[in-house]
Amino acid sequence: MTVAPPPLQTPPRSQPRPPHLDEYAPLLGAATIAELRALAGPLQARTAQMVNSTAVGGGVAEILNRLIPLLQELGVAIRWDVITGGNDFFEITKAFHNALHGAPYNGRRGAFETFLANNEQNRARMNLDAEFTVIHDPQPVALINARRPGAGHWIWRCHIDLSRPNQTVWQFLEPYVLRYDGAIFSSPEFTRQLAIPQYLFYPCIDPLSEKNQPLEPEFVGKVLSRFGIDPKRPILTQISRFDRLKDPVGVVRAYRIVRRYFDCQLVLAGGGAADDPEGGTVLEEVRQVAGGDPDVHLLDLPPWSAMEINALQSASTIIIQKSLREGFGLTVTEALWKKKPVVAAAVGGIPNQVIHKHTGLLVHSVEGAAYQIRFLLSNPALAAKLGEQGHEHVREHFLITSNVKSYLTLFLHLLRQT
Amino acid sequence: MKSAQHPFQFFTVSYLTRVGNQTGLNLSGLLDGLEKCNDATIFHHTFQSLSKHHFLREGFSNDFAQWALAACNRADLAETLAGLDIRDYLSLADLRTDLRRIVADYCAAHPQYAEQTAFEPFYFCEDIEVTVPLGVEAGTLEEFRQGVEQLTHASLYFHFISSRLRLQLRTNDFSIWLSTSMGMNALAQRLNSIDIYTNTLDGVRTRLLDLVHQELTR
Repeated sequence: MTVAPPPLQTPPRSQPRPPHLDEYAPLLGAATIAELRALAGPLQARTAQMVNSTAVGGGVAEILNRLIPLLQELGVAIRWDVITGGNDFFEITKAFHNALHGAPYNGRRGAFETFLANNEQNRARMNLDAEFTVIHDPQPVALINARRPGAGHWIWRCHIDLSRPNQTVWQFLEPYVLRYDGAIFSSPEFTRQLAIPQYLFYPCIDPLSEKNQPLEPEFVGKVLSRFGIDPKRPILTQISRFDRLKDPVGVVRAYRIVRRYFDCQLVLAGGGAADDPEGGTVLEEVRQVAGGDPDVHLLDLPPWSAMEINALQSASTIIIQKSLREGFGLTVTEALWKKKPVVAAAVGGIPNQVIHKHTGLLVHSVEGAAYQIRFLLSNPALAAKLGEQGHEHVREHFLITSNVKSYLTLFLHLLRQT
Repeated sequence: MKSAQHPFQFFTVSYLTRVGNQTGLNLSGLLDGLEKCNDATIFHHTFQSLSKHHFLREGFSNDFAQWALAACNRADLAETLAGLDIRDYLSLADLRTDLRRIVADYCAAHPQYAEQTAFEPFYFCEDIEVTVPLGVEAGTLEEFRQGVEQLTHASLYFHFISSRLRLQLRTNDFSIWLSTSMGMNALAQRLNSIDIYTNTLDGVRTRLLDLVHQELTR
């Protein structure tokens, strides 16, 4: 078993400028870009606004940083606003976030009042008069109070799994959600029975980002060398935080079974061990199970390791995502985009991406994962075919340009309704 | 070169997916959903699903078949559901009737599987169609060829496959135009015979362009 040395690069890499639409044409075809322009035609100079709770860090900000410039380039007069709040507000919204995922809620007295007061302060300072207003996640949900009767279209974009929320928090938030014209969810599994329309927008990756752009083989080789990984033998990789819900111990067990038949290596790479006490505990558990096997590489990487993760995915023979629970699972999306055969658990949003036997293989147990990995190692042609089809699946549905198309379609639909 | 009586107008289409409040937890639940859902839901899980998976050459026909296989492990039912050819249907009501019949017959023949909980639920969704003209017209066969060459998958699917429901005819937008505006009945018929199930959409386009090219160079 190897312990991760520091990554090749150190933070911060400068924030690259967001790509222009035409830069996607070599990957997606000029017709796709022309189609986006055609859809945007009736939306020229229409006003839109997105509101969330953070400008940097986290998946939502990452998507908005790419999405807003592309919509602007297409002629939509869209702006992005971020709510402000003190530590007390964000502690409350963090507790809400966990509770909506099903965790118990032990909020302090007056939390709901503080939440509403903060939303009211933001409402008072913000100009919320766009034709289309999209509010992201629960933090700014009460901004719906700014809506004037009959004015504009208001949509709530929920990025979290709402299927099993803590009832105390949900009962507080639901009346606000129901005042929107619709809600957007990332997967059918994450929705609830609501009296407003629920739309499906898949999360997305940017093919031009550091984590997904093609890499020079020399760089990939350097990363493998740095981590002591042999490029000549099969590499099985799971990218995820050291979190029990990602079942890293189960992955090691599956690898053990595979090792009886194939001389392969296992890479478990992700973050969370340094800044999350539970992550450290889980890493230790995995280390124990790995038991000093020199072909098991446990890499606890810092958050700025996008290119290293890209390199590890690119060099892998098979990507595993054997989670016990999962959100949408964008690490699977990244792997499919890199044309990798994927063996993944049929949980959360993964079955939307891994269509069993078409774009990857779905499993329900350690033994199942081990069997499918062996099957793919024995059938490289089939593995390659799954990878190719997975790539096409991502190209069609899970790229930032698909997200642009979804918003254009939603705005057009709302416009035509009126 | 022969000019059309009326130019062909290329459109693009985009679908907004709406998640319904109904799920199927087992085959009985699927049957119940098939009876209660609206036509837009049948469209989403059959016509649109085929479009979304246009890059698959084999084995994927519609969401119901895929779910029966992957979530219920019922390969025989999946096979029968996958055997439905959407080109045979001019109305979603007829397609729904056949889907219901297949699932009902299976549940009746295998009651032990009807209530068996699936690995994951079936979520009934529906599509809202939004169309926009691409601003491209074809007045001749050569312009038509150029237009088809540039179409996205969504647009190609809209004109060539889902058009049957709109037209309520066993044909497609391209064949109708070739036949009525260009007087090319034989070419129209050859286009309409291209197999969409054993080709990817790119394969369909290549075959279509080959046929047009043959006509142009005749």
